[in-house]
Order: sequence, then structure tokens, then C-alpha cells
Amino acid sequence: MNKEKLVVIGNGMSGLRTIEDLLEHNSEKYEITIFGEEPHFNYNRIMLSYLLSGEKSFEDTIINHQTWYDENDVTLHKGDKIVKIDKEAKKVISESGVECEYDKLLIATGSNAFIPPTKGSDLENVIGFRTKADSDKILELITTDKKAVVVGGGLLGLEAAYGIAMHGIKTILVHRSGSILSQQLDTTAGKILQAHLETYDIEFKLNTTVEEIAGDGKVEKVTFSDATSVDSNIVVFATGIKPNTALADAAGLECKKGIIVDDYLKTSDDSIFAIGECVEHKGNTYGLVAPLYEQAKVLAKSLTDVETGPYGGSTLSTRLKISGVDLFSAGDYLGDETTEELILLDEKVGIYKKLVIYDNKIIGTVLYGDTADASWYLKLLKEQTDISDLRTKILFGKSALSGDGGHGGDDVNAMADDEEVCGCNGVCKGDVVNAIKDKDLKSLNDVKACTKAGASCGSCLGLVEQILVNTLGDEYDSTPEGICDCTHLGHKEIKAEIDAGEFDSVYDVFEKLKWKTEDGCAKCRPAVNYYLLVKYNDDKYQNDKRSALINDRVSANIQKDGTYSVVPRIWGGVTSPKELKDIADVAVKYDVPLIKFTGGQRLDMFGVEKEQLEPMWKDLNDAGFVSGQAYAKGLRTVKTCVGNTYCRFGTQDSMNMGVELEKLTWGSWTPHKYKIAVSGCPRNCAEATIKDFGVIGVDSGWEIHIAGNGGIKVRVTDLLCKVETDEELFEYTKAYMQFYREDAYYLERTAHWIERVGLQYVKDVMFDEEKRKYYADRFDESQKSAQVDPWAKAIDEGFTKEFNPIVIDTKDLENYEAKEI
Amino acid sequence: MGKWIKITEFKDVPAMGSRKVVIGDIEIALFKTKDGSIFAIENECPHKQGKLSEGLVHDHMVTCPLHNADIVLSSGETIGEDYTCAKTYKSKIENDFIYLEL
Repeated sequence: MNKEKLVVIGNGMSGLRTIEDLLEHNSEKYEITIFGEEPHFNYNRIMLSYLLSGEKSFEDTIINHQTWYDENDVTLHKGDKIVKIDKEAKKVISESGVECEYDKLLIATGSNAFIPPTKGSDLENVIGFRTKADSDKILELITTDKKAVVVGGGLLGLEAAYGIAMHGIKTILVHRSGSILSQQLDTTAGKILQAHLETYDIEFKLNTTVEEIAGDGKVEKVTFSDATSVDSNIVVFATGIKPNTALADAAGLECKKGIIVDDYLKTSDDSIFAIGECVEHKGNTYGLVAPLYEQAKVLAKSLTDVETGPYGGSTLSTRLKISGVDLFSAGDYLGDETTEELILLDEKVGIYKKLVIYDNKIIGTVLYGDTADASWYLKLLKEQTDISDLRTKILFGKSALSGDGGHGGDDVNAMADDEEVCGCNGVCKGDVVNAIKDKDLKSLNDVKACTKAGASCGSCLGLVEQILVNTLGDEYDSTPEGICDCTHLGHKEIKAEIDAGEFDSVYDVFEKLKWKTEDGCAKCRPAVNYYLLVKYNDDKYQNDKRSALINDRVSANIQKDGTYSVVPRIWGGVTSPKELKDIADVAVKYDVPLIKFTGGQRLDMFGVEKEQLEPMWKDLNDAGFVSGQAYAKGLRTVKTCVGNTYCRFGTQDSMNMGVELEKLTWGSWTPHKYKIAVSGCPRNCAEATIKDFGVIGVDSGWEIHIAGNGGIKVRVTDLLCKVETDEELFEYTKAYMQFYREDAYYLERTAHWIERVGLQYVKDVMFDEEKRKYYADRFDESQKSAQVDPWAKAIDEGFTKEFNPIVIDTKDLENYEAKEI
Repeated sequence: MGKWIKITEFKDVPAMGSRKVVIGDIEIALFKTKDGSIFAIENECPHKQGKLSEGLVHDHMVTCPLHNADIVLSSGETIGEDYTCAKTYKSKIENDFIYLEL
């Protein structure tokens, strides 16, 4: 097959990121040629500041070495600038005379430093700060005899001034407005930052511009608008960037501020695409790296015919790369008369947090000194989460919300490198940070795959994400990834596609949604099977046992030695002497090695061989038991206290209610396990406030609590509401469980779901009578076909036949014929 | 030199599933993948001895039921890890019966 020719102009971060993404989708489609003006491999321009300050070597900043170009069969012309695009002949011409034809052309020419018209700006040693060459030049020129002048108090200017000052050079920073970093910070944060930078011996001249640069051929003296002047041999301009549109302009492509592109990064010519700092999308140009990665993702997919949504513009967030300064801002951090502000300010310690709120949603934030929750705020901002329920605590960070049982203060800055982040896989903070730096990891999935941190139980993912944000700043790629390597789609997209279409099997879904693998994997197949089950219910869709993980597949819990545990259902945790005797008889008959009372008030028989399951289940069925579904992603247990039947404090009949709720809710699959508890009074002996659904009896009725979790990280429930009658309680029980079934992602516990979607979102549905009834009815519908004992069903259908091992009698082996290989 | 041992009928191994085979001290997981291929591999995950026969089958791989290691059925190697390979056994099908070479 003939490959299409893809030519890239620009060997920088945006062009290369697109190619990397593209190769991941399809490495066969294109023959790729890259032209780069600079004489280097692709390096990380964001790290220029560290290069200048001497905190990193150039080698540290290289993203793609020659080996990468070789391995991926990419031709690189470095140090050879393209001088002309001939779009009629579909070819480009380089400075050295190379002519290269293309089928698709990608312009990634980035931007140039913008130097405002200033008297003397044409003198030698007036430098923009954009490239490795600029950084080299600055390092070559600076000397302790002379002062250095940096113009521009934006991100780049401050980083340049810091970089220079780190070499012991007296540096003057000139800034036009009265507050530094005015594009990213409000005045308060600007002042705190300025005070900090002054300790590095940087002198600030605010509300000042450069009047004249004088000298004989080279910079010698700089005069400012306040009429003062200084002897200096170098002026660094960091006064903004200008999209580099020269080539595109000359080729007749539509350009305004930048090269105009549509939502799929296409220019006015169908074969020509553009990306990064040189483009203008819906009137916006971007000078930061995160938007560029978001663009690259869309473009790489569209170039390889992988389905993708349009690029919708980016929410900007920034981080200053100066050691010892923790600063983060995103969105509309200034606000106006229609917005509210939540502010925490401690000037002495140097902490400032501001959230700009509009319509109960975060629309902007500035954080200084404590940026541990940057990723959380950014997520709330991007997802437009209603924060009404969080507002009294939100400034204190995510860890303040749940009282935080598991992971201390969660402040990753304060963590030592040898402190453990992921307990499951024994990964320390230092391991994660080093992997991010050494292997150029950008997303949570990258880190999970490479370090295994967060790859098991996932409870530390928040922490890992914070480390990513802290290490990478605005390079952090927070775009949700596919749920596994088999697909680019995330849970949200998969759910939407399944809702919209008709499918008869998981494989049908894989085919129609263009999975990369035929059979999926252990991550996506159970998820897709679950989504199909919820859509069609058990009567219209046959639960695919081969797509279920082991416990769900064999209706028992696998143990580390390959034996299983068996748990009969004991409704509401209330049993009888007869039941206990029956269980004991079965346990004795099968010589069960260990019986344990579980936290959910059940009896768990451990050490059962797989081939014993069928006869044990039969005996238990005969004695009137059904499966306790201790393995299920569905209702596990309803735990109860004794309630007013015996207890002198009891206000309600919690045992009976527990039994009724268990009979009501067992059966249907839910995204993850689901636990209920019913306490008969607010003393709450059944511990209902750490359950997925907790019911607490009070004099006047029942309190309903939701989304608790007693696991790795304790989350106490939120109070949903109080109801007076049992009927109301049943309706809420059904409606809430069904809404969770349909709305949450597979393997998302109620606690995580609520934290993602917000309590208000759930309340809005639950308190809307029509919606509540709708979900309660749908729950009834699903239960019709789901309330079948899985043990009896597995035996009836003959599924348990495969539980028996195939045993070959070794005495007979001699009779088999030996044969040459 | 090995012996071909008659194990079971082809239909007795469920597609996308497995059977546990016990031959003296040896325990083997016998798999049938979606395309009908048969694989036989020592029934012990190289990671923490999980019973591979209980894993989820996809492509020519099985995901260990204990900690989700992905084992390549033809070679016994673990994807992305440098554990020692699980031992694999040659198989053949004759007259609808599966034979393993020991």
C-alpha cells in the first residue's frame, strides 16, 4: 500500500506531539518528514527557564532523540527552514533547496518573540527569549560587572529574570503595569510573588517602560520612562509572542492574528493543517502547552480517521517555573461585579487562595504558596461542578472535605521522595517524579502504566495526579484517556454510544465503536458487558459470563490459593437456630477449613475447592438458602442493628426494615458493590453512615444517608433527606440505586461517583418527584429479571460442569504412544 | 521427545474459557480462545501463583484473576513485566480430542 506523505513544518513541541499521538493510532498510514529551523532535536521549550538558571542541562530538555526519529521512520531535516509552501503543486521548499511533496501538510511554526518598537531595539544584545540560541546568548553575555535588564513581567519575563539572577547578576525587571504577572494573577498574589522574587535580588520597576536603549552597536545603557537609567550590556525582551504566520500568509492561507483553523485544526486549504502557537481558533491564540496538547490529540485522531470530537478551545491554567514558588492560576481569576470570591490569605506564611465563583460554579482560581489542590479546583472548574455543598470547606482543600481518613494531609509538596504514594504497588513519591521527568510522562494513564502507582485499587490516584500537576505544571495533560489500551473512548463516551445505538454483544460494541482489539481486555470487557446489562436488563441481554471477572463469573470469591469462599444470604443479618444448624451441617459435610463472620453480618465459609461449589450450593439451596452474592457488583448486604424489637433506645424496627430492603434490592448489577445498613436510632449501631445507602430510624421516620464508604479512604455519608413513611423510604431506595446504576461509571463506588458529579446533581434528581418515580419504576423493571438465585441458575444452565477438573490417571500414561517431536 | 496425552473432547473446553487439567503433580490450565485455538499453560501465575485457569481470556492472552497480570498463552510471558515465563505445553487436536505433549 502506498503511504500518504505527511510533511511537518516545525520540529517543536506541538508538531512532534501530534506525530507521537498519530503514530500511536496508526503507524502505517503516513510517510513522515519534518523540517525544523533550529539545529536541534525536539526539545522542551518550557524548560528553557531551567536551562537559563542552570538547573537543567540541554540534554535534560530533549524530548525526542535521533533514535526516536529512526525507530519511527521519521525523516528529520534539522537546521533547514522551509521558505515556501506551494499549495498548488502540493510541495514545500527549504532554504537549502530541498523540495518535498506532500499529501497532507502540518504547519507548526510556533511563534516569535514580540519586541515592541523601542528606540535602540535594533542594537546587538537586545534579545527575545524563545529559543535555545537565545538562552545560550544570554548566558554568554551576562556578567557580574553589569546589570541585566528584562522587559516584561509576565511568565516568561519573570522566569528569565530569575534565571539570570540565579547566576548572581543584578537584574532589573521592567513592567508596564502596576502588578506583575497581571495576565495570570490578581494584585494581591502579584505582590506576594514580587516580595518573594525581590529576595533573589531582582529589582522591580513597575508602571515603567524602556524609553531608549543606547550604545555603540551594542547595548551599553538603558533609559527608562521614569527618566532613570542604568549601565547594562543586555536587554531581554519577554513582552509577548507573535504567531509565526509568515509562511502561511505568503501561501495565501487565511490568517488573522494567527493561522485560522477550524475545530479539527484544518486551515483554509483542505490538505493543510496547523497547530500550536501559530494558530488562531475561534479568535483565540494560545501560548501555553496544555491547549496545544489538546489540539494535538484531536488532530492526530482526525488525521488517522479515528473518531474524535471537535477541539472546543481550552481553559488556560498556568504555573510559574521558578523554584520555591508555588503558583497556579486558571480561568477567569479576576471576576467582575456579577461574581463572588472565596479568599484565604495569610501573607506572613505566604499563602493565598482565591476562587472566583459564578452561579455556584468555579470560573477561575489563583493559588499561591499552596497549590496542592490545583488539579481538584481545575477539575471542578472544567466540569462546571455545582459547589454549593462544598463552599464552607472548599478553600481548605479536598482533604478537608471528608475528614480524610487515609492519606494524611495529602500535601504532595510536603512529602519526602521516599514517602509511599501507592501502597498496593509500593511506589514512592520519588519514583513517580523521576518517571515523569525521565520518561516524559504527561497523563495519569502514562504514570499508571509506567510506575504502577494507582494501577491497583486506585485510591491514590488523586495523590498521583497532584504529583503530576506539581511536576509538570501546565504541561499536565488532564484530558481523559480511554478506559484501557483497547480504545480511545472513556467511560462517558462509551455509555453515550451504548445508549444511542443497538448492540447484541460486547463484541458488537467493540466492532461498531472501532476498538483496537477484537476481544477487548479485562478492563473494558466487564465494563461494556455491564453497560449492556443496564441498558437491556437481564431479560433482553444475556449476561456474558466470559466477560465477567472471576468472582462474578463463578458466583464465589476466589482466594489467594485458588480456593473459593461461599456466603449464603442471611437476610438483614438476622438468622435462626435452624439456619445456623443447616449451615453448620453443610460446612461439616464439605469439611470447610474456616468459617468467619463478615463485616456485613454474614457467615463466610473459606477454603472451598471449585469442584465442591456445585454440591455445596445444591445443599444450601435445598436448605432454603440463596447466594449471598458476596462477590457481586450489586447488593452485597443489608446490615442492621437490633432496633426497637429489643433495644431500649430503638425508635424503629431496623431489623425488619433491613430484611425488607434486602429483599427489595438484591439481584440487579450495579457499577460496583453496594452496601446498605439500617440503624434503629441515631446511635447508629449498624454504622449506616459509611455505607453506600444508610438508613437511620428517628422518632418521626427515617433519615436517608448516601455515598458513604468504609474502605481505604473513609467517606462519611451525606444526608439526602428524611422521610416519614416506609413507602417513601422504599421509593428513595429504588430510585437512588437505579440512578447510580445508570449514571455512574463501571467500578465507581457511590462515594467516588458523588465526589465526581456532586451531591447537588443527585439531589436534583431525587427531589424531583417525576424523576424519582421514573427511576424507581425502572428499578422495578430491572429487578423482574434479575432476582434469580445465581447458584440455582448456574447449576440449571449446566455452567458448573466446567468447575470440575479434568484428572488424568497417571497409571494410564504408559499406554500413550511416545512420538518424535 | 514427549508423549502426546489424550486430555478431553474439544467441546468440553468452553470458548473464551478454560478447564483445569491435573496430571499427577502437574496442574495445567487448558484454554480455548475466541478463534478456537487451544493453549495449555502451567496453572500458576508467575507473579503470585494465581490460578490462571480462573482468568479472563482475551485475544491469545489470559488476565490473572488475582492481580491482573496479562499472560501470553503461547509463550507464558507476562506483558510489561520480566517475571519468569510460565511453562507452556504443546497441544494438538485429533478427531475432536485435545492432546497435550508432556
